[in-house]
Amino acid sequence: MYRTALRNVLAHKGRLLMTALAVLLGTAFVAGTMVFSDTLGEAMKNSLSKSYSDISVLVTDPVADSPFRAKDRSGPNRGKLTDDTVAKIAALPGTERARGNVSGFVGVADRKGDLIGQGWSSRGGNFAPDASGKDPRYPMAEGRGPQAEREIALDRRTADKGGYHLGDTVRIASDGPATERTLVGVFTTDDPEVESGGTLTLFDRATAQKLLLAPGQYSTVAVTAKPGTSQDELLQKITAVLPGKDQMQAETGQELTDRQTRMIADGTTGMKTALLAFAGISLFVGIFIIANTFTMLVAQRTRELALLRAVGAGRGQVTRSVLIEALLIGVIASAAGLATGIGIGAGMRAVLDALDAGLPAGPLVVAPATVVVSLVVGVVVTTLSALLPAVRASRIAPVAAMSSGDQPAAQKSLIVRNIIGGLIAAGGLGLVALGAASGNSSGRVPVAAGAGLALIGIFILLPLLSRPVIALVGPLLRASAGTAGRLAQQNAVRNPRRTAATAAALTIGLSLVSSLTVLGASVGDAVDRSVTSSMTADYSIKTANGISPDPKLATAVAKVPGVAAVSPMSDVYWKLGGSQRAISGVDAAAVDKVVALTLDSGSTAALGQGQVLVQAETAKSNNWAVGSVLPVEYPDGSTAQVTVGGVFKKNELLSPVVMANTEVFKHSEDPYVTQILVKAADGPNDGLRKAIKDATGSNPVIDVKTKQDIRDEFSKIITFMLNLMYGLLAMSVLVAVLGVVNTLAMSVFERKREIGMLRAIGLDRRGVKRMVRLESVVISMFGAVIGVLLGCFLAWAVNGTLESSLPGLTTVLPYGKLLVFLALAGLVGMVAAIWPARRAARLDILGAIKTD
Amino acid sequence: MDEPVPSRQESPVTTTTAPAARTGQAAARATGLSKVYGEGETRVVALDGVSVAFGQGEFTAIMGPSGSGKSTLMHCMAGLDTVSSGSATIGGTELVGLRDKQLTKLRRDKIGFIFQAFNLLPTLTALENITLPMDIAGTKADRQWLDRVVDTVGLSGRLSHRPSQLSGGQQQRVACARALASKPEIIFADEPTGNLDSRSGAEILSFLRNSVRELGQTVVMVTHDPVAASYADRVVFLADGRIVDELTAPTADSVLDRMRRFDAKGRTS
Repeated sequence: MYRTALRNVLAHKGRLLMTALAVLLGTAFVAGTMVFSDTLGEAMKNSLSKSYSDISVLVTDPVADSPFRAKDRSGPNRGKLTDDTVAKIAALPGTERARGNVSGFVGVADRKGDLIGQGWSSRGGNFAPDASGKDPRYPMAEGRGPQAEREIALDRRTADKGGYHLGDTVRIASDGPATERTLVGVFTTDDPEVESGGTLTLFDRATAQKLLLAPGQYSTVAVTAKPGTSQDELLQKITAVLPGKDQMQAETGQELTDRQTRMIADGTTGMKTALLAFAGISLFVGIFIIANTFTMLVAQRTRELALLRAVGAGRGQVTRSVLIEALLIGVIASAAGLATGIGIGAGMRAVLDALDAGLPAGPLVVAPATVVVSLVVGVVVTTLSALLPAVRASRIAPVAAMSSGDQPAAQKSLIVRNIIGGLIAAGGLGLVALGAASGNSSGRVPVAAGAGLALIGIFILLPLLSRPVIALVGPLLRASAGTAGRLAQQNAVRNPRRTAATAAALTIGLSLVSSLTVLGASVGDAVDRSVTSSMTADYSIKTANGISPDPKLATAVAKVPGVAAVSPMSDVYWKLGGSQRAISGVDAAAVDKVVALTLDSGSTAALGQGQVLVQAETAKSNNWAVGSVLPVEYPDGSTAQVTVGGVFKKNELLSPVVMANTEVFKHSEDPYVTQILVKAADGPNDGLRKAIKDATGSNPVIDVKTKQDIRDEFSKIITFMLNLMYGLLAMSVLVAVLGVVNTLAMSVFERKREIGMLRAIGLDRRGVKRMVRLESVVISMFGAVIGVLLGCFLAWAVNGTLESSLPGLTTVLPYGKLLVFLALAGLVGMVAAIWPARRAARLDILGAIKTD
Repeated sequence: MDEPVPSRQESPVTTTTAPAARTGQAAARATGLSKVYGEGETRVVALDGVSVAFGQGEFTAIMGPSGSGKSTLMHCMAGLDTVSSGSATIGGTELVGLRDKQLTKLRRDKIGFIFQAFNLLPTLTALENITLPMDIAGTKADRQWLDRVVDTVGLSGRLSHRPSQLSGGQQQRVACARALASKPEIIFADEPTGNLDSRSGAEILSFLRNSVRELGQTVVMVTHDPVAASYADRVVFLADGRIVDELTAPTADSVLDRMRRFDAKGRTS
């Protein structure tokens, strides 16, 4: 039987090609993912160990540059890392070298005054030259290290991005106002944060301390042990001399590396799992194609298999022969997929490097697990997919060998299948409706289970659905393509199971793509509306690193001509009315102009009289109303009574209790300001934005955003996520295209005789091509339409469970995009039909109509 | 049917005069037609300078032993196969040198086909199969003519059936109706009774003869069955790619007789 199977594979090379390709793509995705994440993880680990290689112990002051340092520093066993600490550690017998590092947020402006890079990865530090005047961590590529207050050095990439050369003036800013410095050096570093795209500005030690911490203070002390002293020994000794033991973190270089390595591993594992999930989808789609192919092959070989049975092959042997065939395909395709995957892994690295994604360099890693997993997954998927067709093959009666084989075997009734599918789909839909009705997270489980069931049910029902759905487009096909159109439509529904299995592959991809799209559009819309509806200000001023903007900026901005109202939005957490509550501070005079407040009772003018406004829900649950008097306890320890001056409808920008800023600042020396809202007298314009930006001291760290900018930011994030998903799902769509090609090629092969007859009685090549092409488009569109409908349904169900956490969330259907998907599906059908249609058109008429 | 179906035993055609519809003009003509396959040692001459004319309103049978080139002759004259040399015309149109597109159009508009294996589209009803050539051409069927054809083949009650619901004989009658429906210049039938039992076969043959006599069609039929050939007005005998003989007003016996001589010749040579 093994020989028969092998011969069959060889004989049907062409027909198995698409199956093999489907398996190949799936396994290549798996292998590529594993190779890429292993390579990346390895490279990051290497870069880490290189950068920590001379650190035996690292002492960190976790709150050194925290904006809350004043508060956190109070209490027993608190302290600072100072020159004194460094000297004490350096004096320990096991210490070879101790180096105090200063680190904090420093933003660098480009020539237009905007921040280079992201706020969270913009750092500043101290240049710590050794005896030779060089800092081993930051070797200078050009120029020299900074030595005076006005001098800085930048890392290579940041200098290049900003277009700065030695001697240029560079605007930088930390927590305070922006200042101008002179670039005296450009350095390279293996600091992982810089390597992965962060910016780093170096100052001389005194300047760094003054700017980022306080004179004489450090954020970390890196210690190198003398040879012969173990890291643990040194750690113990260091711990003994540290000030503020409870606050300082001291760990050995080994611990540090291990911790970072673990973090990287967690990160890459997360990425790997996510990517593998998409690879899984591709493989799952592949299952449909493999099963379809073997079903068709078995049907085509009915006579041959019956003959085997007639001459004495047992059922088991027939099953085995089909399975061996699948196994062979699986092995060959998986091996090819593995090789392709390694190529993809290498290619992705190259692409990311070319895109300057800032990944550390390293060799390509092909772990044994990659090889084993790819091969096993590929072979198992192929063989399992062929199982059902193989069993069906064994049920062929030996007498089938004697039949003329002219008439296709009668198709099995779909009734049982339809009943099962109907029940599952109905159950699933019921569960989803139940879960969605709950409107909160408790509905997630029934929705997830129901959606899964509904999907399975619909897939089982696809053959049943194919006829009515495809019949809908019948008139259109006939009108546009005449006979070819009618024949295409009829051919498409001729074998509902086959059509369904082919379309299902596309349905999976399309339902995922469209549900993500609808979700993205819905969430985007909700966010958009909350921004639009809660804020009437034209500009929002925030800092890139998320620290509190200086409230004095508001005064400066208010003086800009064209500005109608300005209000810092402060946030405090005080005890009010018996419990700790989040309280928003606004400028009483400006609040009406910058926030869209709807008052149920009272007025905003009450704020100016030291009264508070309360959100309707909070007021209701506490039985507060205008005129209620509430006790408040200020952080400075004093207490007072405040009167409720108004009740307002929930607003995204405001906490449940609102107070005037004058009150907030009176009782808190350093309240957190989330943003400063600005209302323009005549609406936003570029000139005004520039004027506001100038009023803030042209600080690169301060962002002046219009409402539109905020919306764009959200939509950019959503678009980016969606594009990422589209890219990952593209593979499964590609596999589905192979499935369409496969089915069409098989159909053309099986209908050779008919096509020959049509050609003989006068259908020209174009007509034949059109017929095959339209069949392909019809099948693809069928899969796509069902997929899009399912996707919308799924998105609606998920939205139902998200409603409570994202208020105002309603399902928004981006019709344009969904139509584009359908159009693309049609295009996919056209492309998939190119090769089968050409084969059909080139069919030799005489050969095709020949009897036997 | 206006005529009783003749049994296989009795000779169906007794008249020696040409049928009324015959005008003497050729519906299709081959002149010095040759078809050569392969080259060198594998060179096979399937047709060797065949010249033959099929008159309008005439029912011609082409006979000959296997490999005599009778199917090749039909395929070449029907524009399904290319010729090596010589000329083939349908209704005055030269086939040699036509491009695939023109040939396709010619087949569609001027030629009707009847195949041994029926070759109906299983997805279409009987009526849709019959009008298929006109649907492809995008022309409307001549209703009156269509009714007459359908009536003659006796399918009136089964027009909405699909091929799988029809017997072999009925399927072939649909195929005949399809060939006739567009009033082609000429109908080529390739072993039309090869897949049928004798009774259904006889029905098809008398139907073909009636379509010549009463509807004025021209039919060329390739067959190896002397009884089938006896329904024709004229039998052309092919051997080794050449026309070796012809009989007018044949009977099953006279055809069989002639065939036996081939066999004898084949055995002795």
